[in-house]
Amino acid sequence: MGVTTMDLLRLATIGSVDDGKSTLIGRLLVDTRQLFDDQLDAVVHASQKRGVGDLDLSFVTDGLRAEREQGITIDVAYRYAATPTRKFIIADCPGHVQYTRNMATGASTADLALVVVDVSHGLKEQTRRHLVIAALLGVRSLVVAVNKMDSVNWSPTAYQGVVDEVDTIAAELGFSSHLCVPVSALYGDNVVDLSSESPWYDGPTVLAALEAADAGVWESASAARLPIQWVLRQDGGGRTYAGMMNGGTLSVGDTLTLLPAGVTTTVTSIRSGTGERDDAVAGLSVDVALAEDTDAGRGDLLAIAPLPRVTREIDATICWFGDAPLEAGHRLRVKHTTRTTPARVASLDGVIDIGTLNVEATNELSTNEIGLARLTTADALAVDDYRDNRVTGSFVLIDEVTNATVAAGMVGRASFLA
Amino acid sequence: MTVTPLRTHPSLDHLDALESQAMFILREVAAECERPVLLFSGGKDSAVLLHLAVKAFSPQRLPFPVMHVDTGQNFPEVLGFRDRTVERLGARLVVASVQDSIDKGRVVDPGPLGSRNRLQSVTLLDAITDHGFDAAFGGARRDEDKARAKERILSFRNSFGQWDPRAQRPELWQLYQGRVNHGEHLRAFPLSDWTELDVWQYIEREHMELPSIYFAHRREVLRRDSMWLAVGPHVVPREGEATEWKTVRFRTVGDANCTGAVESSADTLAAIVHEVSTANVSERGATRADDRFSETAMEDRKREGYF
Repeated sequence: MGVTTMDLLRLATIGSVDDGKSTLIGRLLVDTRQLFDDQLDAVVHASQKRGVGDLDLSFVTDGLRAEREQGITIDVAYRYAATPTRKFIIADCPGHVQYTRNMATGASTADLALVVVDVSHGLKEQTRRHLVIAALLGVRSLVVAVNKMDSVNWSPTAYQGVVDEVDTIAAELGFSSHLCVPVSALYGDNVVDLSSESPWYDGPTVLAALEAADAGVWESASAARLPIQWVLRQDGGGRTYAGMMNGGTLSVGDTLTLLPAGVTTTVTSIRSGTGERDDAVAGLSVDVALAEDTDAGRGDLLAIAPLPRVTREIDATICWFGDAPLEAGHRLRVKHTTRTTPARVASLDGVIDIGTLNVEATNELSTNEIGLARLTTADALAVDDYRDNRVTGSFVLIDEVTNATVAAGMVGRASFLA
Repeated sequence: MTVTPLRTHPSLDHLDALESQAMFILREVAAECERPVLLFSGGKDSAVLLHLAVKAFSPQRLPFPVMHVDTGQNFPEVLGFRDRTVERLGARLVVASVQDSIDKGRVVDPGPLGSRNRLQSVTLLDAITDHGFDAAFGGARRDEDKARAKERILSFRNSFGQWDPRAQRPELWQLYQGRVNHGEHLRAFPLSDWTELDVWQYIEREHMELPSIYFAHRREVLRRDSMWLAVGPHVVPREGEATEWKTVRFRTVGDANCTGAVESSADTLAAIVHEVSTANVSERGATRADDRFSETAMEDRKREGYF
């Protein structure tokens, strides 16, 4: 296995209850031999104990006691698969509406969404809702497994019906690429191995589509950004600034601006876990030395022009997870990159109807609702629009009393919103 | 139907990406929490974790101590590795002893040959309280177990040290949020997204030292609960149990009396990477008696405060 050629793709799953999402993931793991014999035996044993047949592949991912008892998925389960060229991190997200926040969690780090649709039912309301959440969270590519093809005798017409629906919603939500694959997760057709049941289909299997998809392309929409996590004192008195790169590539000699101070400086060295280097791409943890002596510290941002906006007022899209409704005037903490500062909801500018994509006036956001709000922050933040940079464009809101994470926020609004 | 031609984007090698993510989490928790501690058993996962922590803060010293929850039933090779490593790094070692918990009457002594595995939770939680730690880094991975597969990277524990899988904090993007109130704490798992194979590939890439029992060696073993256990002070042959000499290695390292050896000739890191990449049985299934009690054995122990 060639370690050096292997990269990493993060994906989130989307699918309504009973469309066979967990079974598809189970099938991917079984057929790529990611499951060990004893784990497979345990799945067989659990399936038989609950009287659901010899091998219920959904038991591979449904791990908690309540999930097995109720036959539902409660929380995001992370699964790992690898082929010789790529490692996959799969966030298997629950399909139930009350766990919408988990869909947002899984989608927030995903390069791609793997969607499962039951060919006989088409795109269900729950799946549409989750596609909207994925689109809001910035997922740009879809691989759609049109599942249970065996139940319609592999009818190309039934398949085409789902493809048409997917084409429509993908255009509406602005996904940059999408690909449908006719599958039977139960029997493994077109998941890892091409099926003889669908001679009319000439596209890739689900696995081949995932292997070919773009990984990590998201991070590069803006110029280089380095939020400072930690200041390292070097032997001999100097300092370096540690954090994880995002946006474009940073190279030694580049001119950087320290924000919010606005001081300009030059990168004199870059170090990563493997040592000194000339440049650093998004996703790499580094520490950098600067030509000028600055008082930079945790919470500051080093950025290459075009620079982010430095502001105390942020218009944002908010996914609200708190138990009590969010109202204008509400005080919270905002964590944006490595900076945490008090914030207030200056105004609530609407709630998004996930069905129609209309924004409607409202006085409050209830649990699991997504809306638009203006926040005022105590400290200035250096923000990009979320669609330009997923790191400097995102934040979470924290309850001041319980310290619970009560909202996910994205700077700006998606263009598909009315 | 649109098929977008898929292009190759220059992105990180998977080990660089995993290393970077772990360093990011280590720095983030160290910055946000008042008194973190790194749990170090001398096993391969915590050895990788400690290696990454050293990288994340180099050339400074580690900004937190390391802690070993000592059951008193460890392999001597592992304790030797623990002490050598701590010495080499100049790290501060805190040892929390299960024997002390037994002596204080906090837990019941299972007897000289009984398993102390489950008692560790009490010792760990007492040590976290006594030292006022508000975050504990652990080397747990999500591929190890189906309950761990659902745990957040920063896992919140209430003032009783319990994990509630149905009320986990949403964890979005890389915005790890480490605020807790007094008496509560976090477990932080920087290796969450690593698999067993990733760990071995990384150890090989970094030329890391490990306890010798991970490599194939001749050892006197006996068969019990379908596992090869190493004969020694904590594993004594029972009536009808025969001992034999075999070439074995350990895939995981826990207590001597509940960690099984696997028959193997892999005596180099390259050979181990090859063996792991072609294995048919999971590391816990092959070697850990503690996970075999029920489908949800790990979930039940985690709820009580286990690692």
